[in-house]
Amino acid sequence: MSILVNKDTKVIVQGFTGKEGSFHAEQCLAYGTQIVGGVTPNKGGQTHLDKPVFNTVADAVKTTGATVSMIFVPPAFVGDAVMEAAEAGIELAVIITEGAPVKDMQMAKAHATKHGMKTLGPNCPGVITAEECKIGIMPGMIFKKGNVGLISKSGTLTYEGANQVCKEGFGISTAVGIGGDPIIGLSYLQLLPMFEADPETECIVMIGEIGGDLEIQAAAYIKEHITKPVVAFIAGQTAPKGKTMGHAGAIVSGSAGTAAEKMAALEAAGATVVVSPAEIGQAVTKAMAKK
Amino acid sequence: MNIHEYQAKQIFAKYGVPTPKGIMVESVPAAVKAAEELGGPIWVVKAQIHAGGRGLGGGVKLAKSIEEVKELSEEILGMTLVTHQTDANGKLVQKLYIEDGADIKAEYYLSVVLDRKLEMPSIVASTEGGMNIEDVAENTPEKIIKVPVDPAIGFQGFHGRELAFGLGITDKTEQKNIINFAKKLFKVYTENDAEMIEINPLIRTGEGTFLALDGKMGFDNSALGRHPDIEAMRDLSEEDADEVEAAKYGLSYVALDGEIGCMVNGAGLAMGTMDTINHMGGTPANFLDVGGSANAETVAKGFEIILKNPNVKAIFVNIFGGIVRCDRIANGIIEATKITDVNVPVIVRLDGTNAPEASEILNKANISNLIVGTDLADGAAKAVAAAKGN
Repeated sequence: MSILVNKDTKVIVQGFTGKEGSFHAEQCLAYGTQIVGGVTPNKGGQTHLDKPVFNTVADAVKTTGATVSMIFVPPAFVGDAVMEAAEAGIELAVIITEGAPVKDMQMAKAHATKHGMKTLGPNCPGVITAEECKIGIMPGMIFKKGNVGLISKSGTLTYEGANQVCKEGFGISTAVGIGGDPIIGLSYLQLLPMFEADPETECIVMIGEIGGDLEIQAAAYIKEHITKPVVAFIAGQTAPKGKTMGHAGAIVSGSAGTAAEKMAALEAAGATVVVSPAEIGQAVTKAMAKK
Repeated sequence: MNIHEYQAKQIFAKYGVPTPKGIMVESVPAAVKAAEELGGPIWVVKAQIHAGGRGLGGGVKLAKSIEEVKELSEEILGMTLVTHQTDANGKLVQKLYIEDGADIKAEYYLSVVLDRKLEMPSIVASTEGGMNIEDVAENTPEKIIKVPVDPAIGFQGFHGRELAFGLGITDKTEQKNIINFAKKLFKVYTENDAEMIEINPLIRTGEGTFLALDGKMGFDNSALGRHPDIEAMRDLSEEDADEVEAAKYGLSYVALDGEIGCMVNGAGLAMGTMDTINHMGGTPANFLDVGGSANAETVAKGFEIILKNPNVKAIFVNIFGGIVRCDRIANGIIEATKITDVNVPVIVRLDGTNAPEASEILNKANISNLIVGTDLADGAAKAVAAAKGN
């Protein structure tokens, strides 16, 4: 077991023949991911990396039966690509592209929700179920199979966290990079219950950062519903106050989004909160020993 | 990206959002000429800098004669304005906005921002105009009203009514005016990919009309590509020169006041590295994310920018390679030591993609003040010790 994706997941790539799309699709294939084809308009009928290329997501889904799309299209086309995937019946869109306009993501996510499609990202490293399926750009070799689930806003902290967990002798069930943009798809609130329900996951590592209040919402959920141990780190305790012109954004969400505030909420919810990412591995060892 | 008040008002005007008449000037004679053109009898002389709290800092003043406009312009132009939103060094005033005085009957606060929880823009308003809105939110949250607007349906009549009733506006003409104002402002927000618009104060005149007395706008940097007209409004003199220089090379840099220069890949790990240094008793001198496409040239540039800061006593390079390849970073470090005089200890921790190749490259190069960190904790500890001279 695992969450979201496994060795049987069929994946297509939007932006398949581009530089980034090609490079990472190849890496995913090498990892063992079932990439069954890709989409690049006007290249339908061609073959790329020994897989079929389609003009539209609808064609790709019809022919391959793919349920997940990994999106690498340029930032200005991300909204369009996500909405196309949603209408074509894709169940999960993993959006890797960095720099998509916020307005586009807002519309695209609303449209995805309407069509029952989950989204992950944008601007995220993707999702990996260790030794089964990698959909994204993370270095696959550091993720050894095991019983720790990982959710992170930051790409490199995902690697840092997973690496420490594995060095302590444990491994990863599934690691999910949710991205740190203002509008993101799957987040702590949706992923925590999945890990709680996953029999393979025994401990959850949650990595957040300053800004917004997703971690505060997560803390409230952990307190009520999560029985598995949670190890948390919030990046940005020493970050300078945002150089914004006004603070209307913080006012509207009712929270300043500081690290201290988030750490206190998680601590109160029963999570083990570490002050440095260097302590994630040891904290997981302690949490697993207590179980 | 942020713009000046006078630029925000130019955009407002394009959409029919009412503002007082005004002219941007860069010299005292031009200020006098602008005042004559506007006609008076009252003018406001306003410093144009990218920061709030200009009034309290002495950068916004009322003039009752052309002579007074001249005196105030002489006083404000060229002054260094320190407000609660600038740093202690303040900002040099290089531009003024000479504006018609307005007949103020009431002051309000009005903004449009993204509500991250609802994932849609929200109009935020208050009867407490002219006040520091953060204080209002803190002390009297009931005086702040929020009207979220789903962009899929756009600004509807009911949004406007919610706003008008929420602000206690009962006169029918005034209701119509505020609803129109907000509707146009919302259009400014969505059509320009704004990140935020803030008007504080929004005023009601004796005639029951509403005017944007102030105007702040920030934009979604990711969407600037489709708004060349807005990108052209960028004022680089308002931005930190090192940050601008770093951005040219795909580096994200923010100066801090500590002693340990940091070069990290990924914003999260960069913040986590700063936190670790702090936790171990050191102080970070900067935030620097080399990004996903780091190469020898960008790394060398990063060193150059970090070393410009005279407080830097050690540099901690902390890379967990995913897309970034460690061997490229290693080559960058060697490159940097050739071009720049790296006269402080450099602690290097490289993990992930091509890390073994990277160690080999660094070992061969045999750089004297280079110290290897085996992991994040070890690297940070060595950096803290090195900065303390140990």
